[in-house]
Amino acid sequence: MRRYFARKLVTYILTFFVAVTVDWMIPRFMPGDPVSGMLSRMSLEPDAANRMMGYFLGAFGLNHPIWEQYLNFWVALFHGDLGISVWLFPRPVTGIIMDALPYTLALLVPAIVLGWIAGNQFGAYAARRKRLDNTILPIGYILTATPYMWLGILLAWGLGSVLKVLPMSGAYDLSMSPTLTWEFAVSVFTHWLMPFLSLFLVGFGGWAIGMRNMIIYELESDYAHYLEALGAPQGLVRRYAFRNAVLPQVTGLALSLGVIVAGALVTEVVFSYPGLGYLVLQAIQNEDYFLLQGVFLFVIIGVLVANFLIDVAYVVVDPRTRVGMQGESA
Amino acid sequence: MSVHVEAPRGTPGAHGPGPEAVARPGEPVAPGPAAVRQRREVLYFAMRDRRIILGAAVVLFFVLMSIIGPLLDPTDPQAFVGPTGQAPNADFWFGTTTFGQDVFAQFVFGLQATFLVGLLGGGLAAIVGITIGFVAGYRGGVVDEVLSMITNVVLVIPTLAVLVVIAAFLSARGVIIEAAFVGLTSWPWAARAVRAQTFSLRSREFVDLARLSGLSSWRIIFREIAPNMGSYLFMTFILLFGGAILIAATLDFIGLGPTDGISLGLMMNNAVLWSALQLGLWWWFIPPGLGITAIVGALYVMNVGLDEIFNPKLRDM
Amino acid sequence: MSLQVTDLRVYYRTLAGDVKALDGVTFAIADGEIMGLAGESGCGKSTLGKSLTHFDSRMRYIGGEALLDGAPLPVMDSAAMDEFRFKAVSIIPQYAMSAMNPTRKIGRMTADLLRSRGVNAAAMRPEIERRLELVGLERSVLDRYPIELSGGMKQRMVMVISTLLDPSLLIADEITSALDVSTQKAVAETLVGFRDRKLVRSMMVITHDMSILSQIADTITVMYAGKLAEKAPTDRIIGEPSHPYTRLLISSLPEVGVRYADRRLSGIPGSPPPLLDPPVGCRFRMRCPLASAACEQEPPFVQVGQDHSVACWNAE
Repeated sequence: MRRYFARKLVTYILTFFVAVTVDWMIPRFMPGDPVSGMLSRMSLEPDAANRMMGYFLGAFGLNHPIWEQYLNFWVALFHGDLGISVWLFPRPVTGIIMDALPYTLALLVPAIVLGWIAGNQFGAYAARRKRLDNTILPIGYILTATPYMWLGILLAWGLGSVLKVLPMSGAYDLSMSPTLTWEFAVSVFTHWLMPFLSLFLVGFGGWAIGMRNMIIYELESDYAHYLEALGAPQGLVRRYAFRNAVLPQVTGLALSLGVIVAGALVTEVVFSYPGLGYLVLQAIQNEDYFLLQGVFLFVIIGVLVANFLIDVAYVVVDPRTRVGMQGESA
Repeated sequence: MSVHVEAPRGTPGAHGPGPEAVARPGEPVAPGPAAVRQRREVLYFAMRDRRIILGAAVVLFFVLMSIIGPLLDPTDPQAFVGPTGQAPNADFWFGTTTFGQDVFAQFVFGLQATFLVGLLGGGLAAIVGITIGFVAGYRGGVVDEVLSMITNVVLVIPTLAVLVVIAAFLSARGVIIEAAFVGLTSWPWAARAVRAQTFSLRSREFVDLARLSGLSSWRIIFREIAPNMGSYLFMTFILLFGGAILIAATLDFIGLGPTDGISLGLMMNNAVLWSALQLGLWWWFIPPGLGITAIVGALYVMNVGLDEIFNPKLRDM
Repeated sequence: MSLQVTDLRVYYRTLAGDVKALDGVTFAIADGEIMGLAGESGCGKSTLGKSLTHFDSRMRYIGGEALLDGAPLPVMDSAAMDEFRFKAVSIIPQYAMSAMNPTRKIGRMTADLLRSRGVNAAAMRPEIERRLELVGLERSVLDRYPIELSGGMKQRMVMVISTLLDPSLLIADEITSALDVSTQKAVAETLVGFRDRKLVRSMMVITHDMSILSQIADTITVMYAGKLAEKAPTDRIIGEPSHPYTRLLISSLPEVGVRYADRRLSGIPGSPPPLLDPPVGCRFRMRCPLASAACEQEPPFVQVGQDHSVACWNAE
């Protein structure tokens, strides 16, 4: 187990280094001088402009030797200083991200968890049950082929514009102020429902299909045949098949995190839901590089942490990893 | 997954390659009778599989549309040619946008861009991923460790975040650049899949035989292993092609696609930006999304059919 | 127990047609008998073993019947067969090395299996341990995962599991094929031990390895291309085979002490006929040195001596 985790940690640390370095390197390899370009676009008062310059000199310290710039960047990073937003000057980037983060998490976490669990259950149940399989399969393929934003668009248009059942934008009714009242909670919920559904459904389709295929594969394995040859009931065979089929699904979850995060981003754009995705869109439109860079680093850290958690979960779920790693002789 | 390997968005699992065809050293690489028979058998079953036929038909339909469409309606997609916000009618088959642009023209030209990016991006990802996977799987040892580490690093990084940062900095972006982005970030899963397959094939007897007969490594890869993986590589490419289309559409949607030209993702971006949802201009955003869903869905379905063809064990009796 | 099989036909449905893997076999196994089932690859012996226990997904029952201790064995009805599986008829499969769930400890898997068949797993534990000792496995094996065991150990574990409920008929399908020679001997002796200790009543040992059968089998049945060629007590088959195929088989076995320079190994030229569209008449006709015009008519499997049946016009 030690070796397993050691390798994973090395990969994550390496990834983090690469990501931060790439992020730091990009402005340097772009044509022209991005910093002054940005500043000139920003018609700031001289006072504000000076403060910006101060940060630039620190983070991109164009007068300092390269290695010092790089170090300064890391130092700032560890102080939680991601710079100051250009678009929402003078708010610090970290603060802006923290405001948007809860909304994104509120979408991502339930959508991932519920989508994975429900998709797996459904897919496993549908496997080898002819009629259910024949309906689930095409639906699943269609769902998993649907771009996240299009499903969001359809839901927003259908339920929001045509049927007018659910609100189409924002996190809560803007006429309300955030208070701990029932109406506010309902408003938050109705605004959350469609973006959540959009993320949930696409993921659900993919997991259901994956699990269905895995179950069929497991039901064709030697141990399944052996149990059947000894007259074991389908319940036992399916139970074993499920436990074994879940393992690659756990690995798959870690691999799909990047895709799901991207999906959450575009879904927020469709619904103007004030999470990180919507933030990214606005940052792009307003050419606020520091905000973009901050969100990028944040997302990277989040994904790495999530990956690590899933790796831990995998060791818990697959008993063989524990045994193999403890050096037992085969 | 299999031999379940992970692919984007819970793709149908991929299994092993088909029957073996042993080549003898010194022999020309012409296919022997076994290989020819295998190919005919593949074609025979391919023609009869509903999924492959349907999937191929859908993709072909859209390809034709992207070619013929612009001939039927050569309007400049960006030009303001008609009354604003019109529903589909005889003049404008897919209606017009809030600026009076021809949605049908946007759609068919957008299809061209979509296919181009899919092909180039998917192709690039295939080349990179397959090469790395092959080398890592065949060589093993230190080479494998290093390549696997690289693969894992690229795999973990949420690619959209990287693309956002890079693309935001390039003031002028073309289809080629977008295809390069997509290709260079979506290859890891293909590399892992190919590596796993190569591993399992490498230890098979016919490879040992070839090695014993003194064939060089490259020739072993090309003549013994690759033909057996041919079907697997083909399916991998199809999945990468579909994935590239999706990624490109996502990039276009948040405004990081090519700076000129039109694409399906960009159509959706504009639609949302200009309140098509609230105004009910469904003809603006339904066709592009439907097109992408149909094409990618058809590719996935085709892949399932091909999987069963190339792997007779999966065929339902 | 006794097994009586009459004209059993089981084909494989393929997209190209029906492969007539088992095309009408009739034989019997007496109480306490160890019958060896031998033949080339593809002759149908594994299919016969599977037909009596658990059909493959591609196998189709076509006709014939089986009687176990006088009562019908419902091979054609999988649901009805469940009652008989494990308890009356059991199998040690060809894939014994991978027959156990890799993510479950062996002891727990066995307990799950027993419970699902309505047997008190806890009560069986001492018996399981006793049997482990019999095959030379330690009790701690039950707390291990299959991956921690060697091939031979897994084989023996599966042997214990399959015979746990003292089946009347045990079918052992190619259980020595993947083992080294000394382990083969140990496994073969264990099999006989099962019968001698009355843990199993009768056995069908399927293998292409005649030497094993000559050691442990009471009778040997030789199959060719989906049909029975000869069945006789072991001594007769090895010493005085009647069917030309059996004779060629026996003579192609290397003898200890005889060197290649002194006497060359003889084989059987040609290969078995394709079973998708088998030839009319005796299926061994094309390779048989004694073939004649009469062989265009399929010879019936008839008794020619005490416990000795042959399917050949030219049998002595």
